[in-house]
Amino acid sequence: MNKELPGWVDYGLLPLLNLMTAFIVAGLVVLAIGENPLEAVGHIAYGAFGYGNGVGYTLFYTTNFIFTGLAVAVAFHASQFNIGGEGQAYLGGLGVGLACLGLDHVLPWWGILPFAIAMGALFGAIWAAIPGYLFAKRGAHVVITTIMFNFISYSLMNYLINNFLKVPGNASVQSRTFEQTAWMPKLEWLSGMFPGIQTSPANLSFVLALVACVFVYILIWRTKFGYEVRVYGANPTAARYAGISTTRIVVLTMAISGALAGLMGMNPVMGDQNRIFLDIPQQAGFVGIAVALMGRSHPLWIVFAALLFGMLYQGGAELAFEMPSITRDMVVVIQGLVILFAGAMEFMFRPWIAGLFTMMEKSDA
Amino acid sequence: MSAPAIELKGISKSFGAVHANRDIDLTVEKGTIHGIIGENGAGKSTLMSILYGFYQADKGTIAVDGARVTIKDSDAAISLGIGMVHQHFMLVEPFTVLENVMLGAEGGALLNRGRAEARKELERLEKEYELNVDPDAIVGDLPVGIQQRVEILKALYRGAEILILDEPTGVLTPDEADHLFRILGQLRAQGKTVLLITHKLREIMAITDDVSVMRQGQMVASRHTAETSVEELAELMVGRRVLLRVEKGEANPGKVKLEVSGLNVVDELGVARVKEASLQVRAGEIVGIAGVSGNGQSELLEAIAGIGPITTGSVELFDIAGEPTPWRPRHGLGHVPEDRHKMGLVTKFLAKENAVLGYQREDEFGSGVMMDKGAVLETCKRHMEAFDVRPPDPNLKAANFSGGNQQKIVLAREIENDPDVLIVGQPTRGVDVGAIEAIHRRLIELRDAGKAILLVSVELDEIRALSDRIIVMFAGEIMGEVGPEATEREIGLLMSGVRDGAAA
Repeated sequence: MNKELPGWVDYGLLPLLNLMTAFIVAGLVVLAIGENPLEAVGHIAYGAFGYGNGVGYTLFYTTNFIFTGLAVAVAFHASQFNIGGEGQAYLGGLGVGLACLGLDHVLPWWGILPFAIAMGALFGAIWAAIPGYLFAKRGAHVVITTIMFNFISYSLMNYLINNFLKVPGNASVQSRTFEQTAWMPKLEWLSGMFPGIQTSPANLSFVLALVACVFVYILIWRTKFGYEVRVYGANPTAARYAGISTTRIVVLTMAISGALAGLMGMNPVMGDQNRIFLDIPQQAGFVGIAVALMGRSHPLWIVFAALLFGMLYQGGAELAFEMPSITRDMVVVIQGLVILFAGAMEFMFRPWIAGLFTMMEKSDA
Repeated sequence: MSAPAIELKGISKSFGAVHANRDIDLTVEKGTIHGIIGENGAGKSTLMSILYGFYQADKGTIAVDGARVTIKDSDAAISLGIGMVHQHFMLVEPFTVLENVMLGAEGGALLNRGRAEARKELERLEKEYELNVDPDAIVGDLPVGIQQRVEILKALYRGAEILILDEPTGVLTPDEADHLFRILGQLRAQGKTVLLITHKLREIMAITDDVSVMRQGQMVASRHTAETSVEELAELMVGRRVLLRVEKGEANPGKVKLEVSGLNVVDELGVARVKEASLQVRAGEIVGIAGVSGNGQSELLEAIAGIGPITTGSVELFDIAGEPTPWRPRHGLGHVPEDRHKMGLVTKFLAKENAVLGYQREDEFGSGVMMDKGAVLETCKRHMEAFDVRPPDPNLKAANFSGGNQQKIVLAREIENDPDVLIVGQPTRGVDVGAIEAIHRRLIELRDAGKAILLVSVELDEIRALSDRIIVMFAGEIMGEVGPEATEREIGLLMSGVRDGAAA
C-alpha cells in the first residue's frame, strides 16, 4: 500500500505510534521481571533530563548519534546502505587524535580544530570511499564491504595503538593525553540553565553536530550535487539518462557519509577522553542506522531521533543503577526494542493508518 | 439463450479520492469475443483486476454463468473458470513449457505423476487450439509470441472457460498478432468466452463480436462490433471527435544532421544487440525505426543518445553549415527515452525537479554548486504552459500526473531546450488518444521547423503516420528502408526478418 498520507502522519503520528509500541513492549518486559515499568520510565527521564550532569551525558551521546545518523542518511539518499559508520568513526577518531597529538604543543584548541575536523573527516571519508569505489567499479555491495571494513578498523586500531601510540611503560592501551590547551571546551555557557553540565563530557562538538545538520540539508536539497545524489538514489536508470556518473556519485556520497561518521570521533577524542583509545565509537555507528531510519534521512528529524537515543543511553545507565534487577543488559534490550519498532519496522502501522484514512475519506464523500 | 458468461452490475471501486470504476454494468455473452476499449487510465485494468480477484469492488455484484459470486482472490477466479493472460507474462523463464503450465497445479508432492498427466492434457489442448508449442522447450528461449501462447495454455490447463487478455498484441509482430487472433477464434468456436482489453481500435474491429467502451472510470457504451465504426469508437473513448490521421505536408529535408556509421553494440553477456547499423537523419525529416520490441532499437537509441555503450562504430552530429559538431549527450541532441517511468522521469520527484533532469549542470540553473530553485520553477512553469500540461502544478509529484501529461513533461524538457536533433522513443506509449494527437502534431511542427528527428516506436501505425522514411530492424540488424507508403505487410515481413525477394 503506497497511499499518500498527510505529512504530519508520516513524520509525526507514525513515529509516535512506533515509539509507544516499543515502550509498551519494553514495559511488558520490565513487568515480566517483576518491576514497575512506570517507575522505570521515571528513572530514565530523571537520568536523562533531571539534573545538569545527566543532561550533559544525554547531549554527549546525542552528538555521537547526530553525526553517525547524518552519515547513514547521506548514503541513504544515494540508496547506499552504509553500515560501516562504526569503522569510519573509529578512523575519524584516529585522525582527530593525530591532529591533536601533533599540534597540542604549538596551538590552542581553536587553532587545532580546523586540522582536527579536516583529519577526522578525511580519515572517515577514505574509509567509506573505498567500499564506495569497490561498489561502483566492481559491484561489491557496500553492506558487505562496509561491515567488513568495521572489522578491519578494529584490528588496525588495535595494532596502531599498541605499536605506535601507546605510552611506553604504561599498561593502558591508549595514547598520551593531549595538553589541556588542546581540549575542546565544555558547554559551560549552559551551566546557568543546567547546573553541573560542565562536569559531564558534553562539549562544543554538540554545536558542530548541529552545524553538520545544516550542512547536510543544504548539500542534499540545495546543491546541484545533492540533486544528482537524489536522482541516483531514486532512479539509477534516470541518472544514467541524465548523464550522472555512478562512480562519481557513489564514491563522493560515501566519502561525505564517511566524513560525517569520522567527525563523530571528535566528540569523545577531543571533547572527552583527550587521547586516542580503544573502541572510540562505542556502537554509535550502529545506533546511527536506527537514528537515520527513524529520522527519515532528514537532518531535522535526525536531531530528534538522536536526542531520543541519547536519552535512552543516559537514562538507561541511570535505570540500571537505580533498579539493580534491571541490569545493563536489560537496558540494551529496551534500546533494541526501540530500534526494532522505530527503525526496522517503521512502516508497520502504515497500512492500518492508510486504511483508516480511506474509510474517513469515504464517509466524507 | 443461456445465462451470460459474466454479468457485472453497478461495480464501483475507488482508490482514495480516485474513482477508478464508477457504477459499471457489463454483460458478456457466452461463446463470444468481447472487447473492452478505453484510454489509459479509463479503468479497464481495474475492472479486470476485480474480475480476477486482485481487488474487491466497493459496490456492485458479479455473476458468472448466471450465479452470483464473490471473487476474493485469483484462486477463486480460477475455480470459477476465469483465466487471465497478463500484459507482462508471469512465466519462469528457465523452466520448460510443461513445467510452467504445471506450476501451481503440480498434483502432489512428487512431480512424476503430475508431469505425465500434464503432458497428456497439454498435447490435447495444443491440438485442439492449434497452439503449436513444444512442451519441452525452455520458455526463455521461445519468441514472445509463443510465450504468450504458453500463458494461454496455462489458463486453459486450469480449466478456464472465460479468458481475459490484457493488451495482448503490444509485444507481437503483425504476423504473430494474426496468429493470436486465429487462436482466439478457435477458442470461441469451442464455446469459450474471451475478454480482450486493448486500446487498438483495429483489433476490436478485426476480431470481437461485441465491444464496450470505458471512459474515466465509466462504461460509456456497448455495441455489437458489426454495428459500429472505428470513428464512433474513437469518439466514444475520448468523448470528442479525434483525428486518427496526422495532417502533414511533404518533408523538405536539408543537410545531414545525424550520421551513424557501422555501429555495433555488444552487451555484457557478449550478445550482439546492434549489428553494423548505419543511418542518416537530415534536417527537416522524421526517420522512423520500426521493429518488434527487443530487436535492438533500444540499444541503438541509447548508443546514439550517448548513454549506452558503443562497441564499435561512430555517431556524428553536424551543425547548420554541415560541419561536424562535438557530440556530447544532451547538447544539441534531445532525447525522449522509451520508458519515461524508468528513465525519463524520477517519478518520486516533483514536476519541477523533473523539468531539469539531465540539464541540472547548466548555468541557467545556478552558476556555482548551488541549484537556483527559482530558475528551476520558472523553467517548469514555462514548459507546462508551452505543452499544456495538466494540472499545471510544478509542485506536484511526477507520479501523480497521467501518462500523457508525464510524457508532455519529458517532451517539453527535451524540445524546449531547442536541440537540432531529437531522438524519440515510444512517444505515445501509455498515452491517451487526445494527447497522442497533440504529441504527433508537435513532432510534425518540429520537423517543419527544420529539426532532424529519429523516431523509434513499436506502434506500426505511429511509424507510418509520422515518418518520411522507415528503417526496419530485426535481431539488431537494419533489414531495409521503405517509404511511408509501404504496406503493413511489407513492413511486417521485414520486421520478422524476411528481406525483399525472400518472401514466400
